[in-house]
Amino acid sequence: MMNPIRKQRVATIVFLLVGGFVTTGLALTALQSNIDHFYLPHRIVDGEAPIDQRIRAGGLVMPGSIVRNEEDLRVRFTITDLEGSTFDAEFEGLLPSLFEEGKGAIVIGQLKSDGVFYAQQVLAKHDENYEARETAHMKQYE
Amino acid sequence: MIPELGHFAAVFALACSVAIVGIGFIGAQQLRTNWVEATCSLAKVQFVALFASFALLVICFLQDDFSVLYVANNSNTALPWHYKLVAVLGDHEGSFLFWILVTAIWTLVVALRGKRLPIELHGYVLATLGALNLMFLLFLLGTSNPFLRLVPNVPAEGADLNVILQDVGLLVHPPFLYVGYVGFAVAFAFAVAALMTGKVDSAWARWTRPYTNIAWVFLTVGIALGSWWAYYELGWGGWWMWDPVENASFMPWIVGTALIHSLAATEKRGAFKNWTVLLALMTFSLSLVGAFLVRSGVLTSVHAFAVDPQRGFVLLAILCVTTGGALVLYALRASTIRSRVQYWGISRELLLLINNALLVLAVSTVLIGTLYPLGYEWFMDGEKMSVGPPYFNSVFIPIMLVLAFFLAIAPVSRWKNTPMKLVKHSLLLLAGSVVVALGTSLVLADTLSVSVLCASALGIWIVVSHVQSIYRQRNSLTFGYLGMSVAHMGFAVTIIGVAVTSVYSDSRDVRLATGDSIELNERTYEFVSVERVRGPNYVSDQGRFLVDGIELKPERRQYLTRPTITTEAAISPGFTRDLFLSMGEPLDNGTWGVRVQEKPLVRWIWLGALIMGIAGITAAMDKRYRRLAARDPRTLGVVASS
Repeated sequence: MMNPIRKQRVATIVFLLVGGFVTTGLALTALQSNIDHFYLPHRIVDGEAPIDQRIRAGGLVMPGSIVRNEEDLRVRFTITDLEGSTFDAEFEGLLPSLFEEGKGAIVIGQLKSDGVFYAQQVLAKHDENYEARETAHMKQYE
Repeated sequence: MIPELGHFAAVFALACSVAIVGIGFIGAQQLRTNWVEATCSLAKVQFVALFASFALLVICFLQDDFSVLYVANNSNTALPWHYKLVAVLGDHEGSFLFWILVTAIWTLVVALRGKRLPIELHGYVLATLGALNLMFLLFLLGTSNPFLRLVPNVPAEGADLNVILQDVGLLVHPPFLYVGYVGFAVAFAFAVAALMTGKVDSAWARWTRPYTNIAWVFLTVGIALGSWWAYYELGWGGWWMWDPVENASFMPWIVGTALIHSLAATEKRGAFKNWTVLLALMTFSLSLVGAFLVRSGVLTSVHAFAVDPQRGFVLLAILCVTTGGALVLYALRASTIRSRVQYWGISRELLLLINNALLVLAVSTVLIGTLYPLGYEWFMDGEKMSVGPPYFNSVFIPIMLVLAFFLAIAPVSRWKNTPMKLVKHSLLLLAGSVVVALGTSLVLADTLSVSVLCASALGIWIVVSHVQSIYRQRNSLTFGYLGMSVAHMGFAVTIIGVAVTSVYSDSRDVRLATGDSIELNERTYEFVSVERVRGPNYVSDQGRFLVDGIELKPERRQYLTRPTITTEAAISPGFTRDLFLSMGEPLDNGTWGVRVQEKPLVRWIWLGALIMGIAGITAAMDKRYRRLAARDPRTLGVVASS
């Protein structure tokens, strides 16, 4: 027979272990379905990015490529890596205040089979000094 | 001259911290009262030196001394003077000097308040705090000196403070946060001292509790202030993004909350002693993890400071030395600390254990989600990914609901064992709360939401059961018990606010010309006009909207000193709902992109945090912490251990 204190201690440890496993399992399962992979323009052009799946992509907003719909808040623009790869993105809503031609931007949404990236969210860098980690190493417009 | 004096004061403080470590440690080890008293005096000197150093940096800002690199990078002559005052906190160097000053303040408080601690404990606590500040000061002076001069090419004008930070929020958010973050260093130091002395008893827990409470209060309010600041200043009505740096402040809060609960069991019942010590070590370690994430440049976020790999490396070293050292000490010494406590059924001990288990699980999921992208990038050869809010919501919210369930039973629980009658009675209250929550939802909301029903039923249950227990104990109510109950009710207010805002907020992005109007949730927002307004260092397009007779004026500001545009939302705040308007960019033919939002109960999120803060202070004021100070265990401690 185990003494009550030891019994209690064993119960505590078992409880913690089971709880730990359950949570780690839950966390990993949740991670599986909620990770947004990041793609640079050349990988989108090469067809490496999955279609109809939530992803992030980013690069520089090509100057002169921003076209707004006259009726609503829909806007289209081209993202480039300045090395020949580009893709078009479409977004409906308000663009962040630092979204600008020639500057870095990240789009979050889905790439459709027509090759257009339908963004649910657009991020621009939050300050003129800091660049998003994903696009910081890219060539920049002068 | 002024920057050099400031620099010198910081170096002098470094010398003080070295002395605090050495003299405090030897004093504790050899039980020399006068040595430990000398350490207390040194703590005062260290505080004065750092206060002077920080004040001199502030003076550099007020005098527009752009020969100082840090001032040149973060201020401007056009900056209003009150922003110059807080611009000190606007970037890495100055805010870290403030962090060090806060460490010195906490050290001073322990030195002054701890006169009646056992000599051994007092010495080790001060020495540990001194060692932490020693590392921080070495880091500051070595890699991030805010007094660095920019000679001979002194610029005529400064680069200006980051415009997002030009707000009263910078005056309140970082100080509260830092006092909280660093305050957990005191609990950390008490844990280290406990491992050194091998004594974790009720008295130790009683000494540690007020410090932990107050640190937790500041962190709670600091996080809430940050959330509120982001809500109105970033302009888009978000109040929590699960941004890695928000998580960095949230993780020590979660573990700190667990620590407060575990300390209660240790004080009252001598239970979970080892675990309490480990939590105290982990809480401050997570504060350091936060500092590392924010200051090393491994993350990009609204909060992250400019990148410098060397700083990240040194911070990582500090983190490893502190956490690693503490864990090694724990591994060596924890076996000397024993708790022999028995409890049965749904006892208060068990509930506190469940609280701790759930909070640790919660913090693990946040930690996994925060570090996963970094690990992924590291192992997958630079491949990048991110973990978004859906992950955090899907794991964190269920854990919080389970936590809320057990929390509601807390007021009926008893130490050792709880009569089932009381538990059953409490479950009856739950049934009543479900009915009330359902009824309220049916009356007020168009659609039913499971998460809102769960959160509001649990919230109502928590409030009712705590009010009932306060009423029952009205004649023998202690500040400690009152604080506990009110904090729990604050938590209930917050979860109801979070659930209702998340589910029932309405938002519309539209294109509007002046004279147009838009309807949202049976309210008409009329876009009256736009005019150009000039501020001290910006020009802005200010819109004028009318809704329910209330005038709202959102702005879009163009700063003159930095090529930056910011969105200043216009908010009509209310206890039951906020109306939130923000203006995007100008489009063709005089139209503007406009976002209109209605956010029900959003203020409850911060109100709950404020209630928790007040409750934490109430609990820390409990008489028994002062009664303890009135005895003189210092002599007792010496006798007992010699």
